[in-house]
Amino acid sequence: MNKPAYMWNYIPLLMQILAAVGLAGFIIAASWFIGRHRNSKVKLAAYECGMVAQGDARGRFSVRFYMVAMLFILFDVEAVFMLPWAVIYRKLPATTGSRFFGFWEMLVYVGFVLVGFFYIWKKGILEWSKDKADL
Amino acid sequence: MNTLLLFVLLSLLKVAIVTVILLTSVAYTVLLERKVVGRIQNRWGPSRVGPFGLFQPLADGIKLFLKEDIIPSGVYRPLYLLAPMIALGCALISISVIPFGAALRVHGVDLFQIADLNIGLLVLLAVTSVGVYGIALSGWASNNKYSLMGSVRATAQMISYELALGLSLVGVVLRAGSLRLRDIVNIQSTHGMRSWNIFGGFQFVAFFIYLIAAYAETNRTPFDLPEAETELTGGYHTEYSSMKFAMFFMAEYANMITVGCVATLLFLGGWSSPFGHLLPVIGGPIVQALLPVAWFVAKVFFFLFLYIWVRGTLPRFRYDQLMGFGWKVLMPLALANIIVTSLVLAIRG
Repeated sequence: MNKPAYMWNYIPLLMQILAAVGLAGFIIAASWFIGRHRNSKVKLAAYECGMVAQGDARGRFSVRFYMVAMLFILFDVEAVFMLPWAVIYRKLPATTGSRFFGFWEMLVYVGFVLVGFFYIWKKGILEWSKDKADL
Repeated sequence: MNTLLLFVLLSLLKVAIVTVILLTSVAYTVLLERKVVGRIQNRWGPSRVGPFGLFQPLADGIKLFLKEDIIPSGVYRPLYLLAPMIALGCALISISVIPFGAALRVHGVDLFQIADLNIGLLVLLAVTSVGVYGIALSGWASNNKYSLMGSVRATAQMISYELALGLSLVGVVLRAGSLRLRDIVNIQSTHGMRSWNIFGGFQFVAFFIYLIAAYAETNRTPFDLPEAETELTGGYHTEYSSMKFAMFFMAEYANMITVGCVATLLFLGGWSSPFGHLLPVIGGPIVQALLPVAWFVAKVFFFLFLYIWVRGTLPRFRYDQLMGFGWKVLMPLALANIIVTSLVLAIRG
């Protein structure tokens, strides 16, 4: 029997995705159809501990959450760039002829990351408890 | 028989078995947690349904299915229903790249791993990242102030700690030179405990960064601010009822199991025995195949127990402490770990 091709390994992954999504959908549907429904206007209102809900919930919230989301994208891209470097790191001396080539290259890169990191730290974006640091 | 057809059928069987085992473990992890936390708090925990309360998960499941399924009138229905599906779906998908035991191929199909990908670690990171959407959308779609606050908090917390988590894995990848989880374990199984990444690989800093970040990723104590019931009633799942509510918790416990598996694979040598190189090879082929699985399960169980132990012991962080810790302590530490690890590897050659 011939050996399965590498790309076949993605077939079980696809199956698992289908199984997981199917199971989740099944549970949602079953939960809706099995339980009984006795609705009233009050029961269907938003639950805010007995208070009558005022207005729409999607109001304004602290801008810091947006800041964190933006910084996450920046730093996560930087983190992702490190993975390919890490995979070939031990093969680099053979291809470049220098033992420390990969190390110095990444040190420069980490240096750039740290400059940005130091900047946002000093800018006060990471301070969550100081009102003065309002942005 | 056609090779491809056989491959697909065997894979289907694997998917079914692993999913059933995972869901059962989720149910019994909940029971374990209630029992252990009960004993920590000097009470018994569930003890009435079946011997030692062993049928409690079953009773809970039936109860949750029979409960009234309320969809509040203010919600945005498509996303409100999609959110628990994303949460549970991602939690179940991430198990598919995890190897449970030494490679054993029958008709070219790996018995102890669903999908043996050479980017296994990346798939894990990607799928757990998508899981954040479940929580973000649930709060937004619920149209409830508590839900929104809880989900915004949870999202900011999870993405912040994901940075430290991703960076802490780079040291492991540096040592193994591969993203394939089997390669990462194989490099750790040459000299028993001495070659595990946490000891011989000098990745103990990365291990603790990973563990702390993973606790925050799964919204567990001491990082369970998203469901801080004293201030947010319930957090992002306030408006969810019946099994839709339970799905978030199934996702949380499935993620706990995945975290335990990943920590075992990356830092504790996966299925390798701590002193395997010292002992003679014993038993027939069946024992040889099942012994690694037993080690793997034991290590994962240790991590699950640690989760519960920590929950029974530690209080909750304050939110500014939480964000400060993630960004100002864990992230620089993870970067320093990468630099030191790469330097050591360069010097050793």
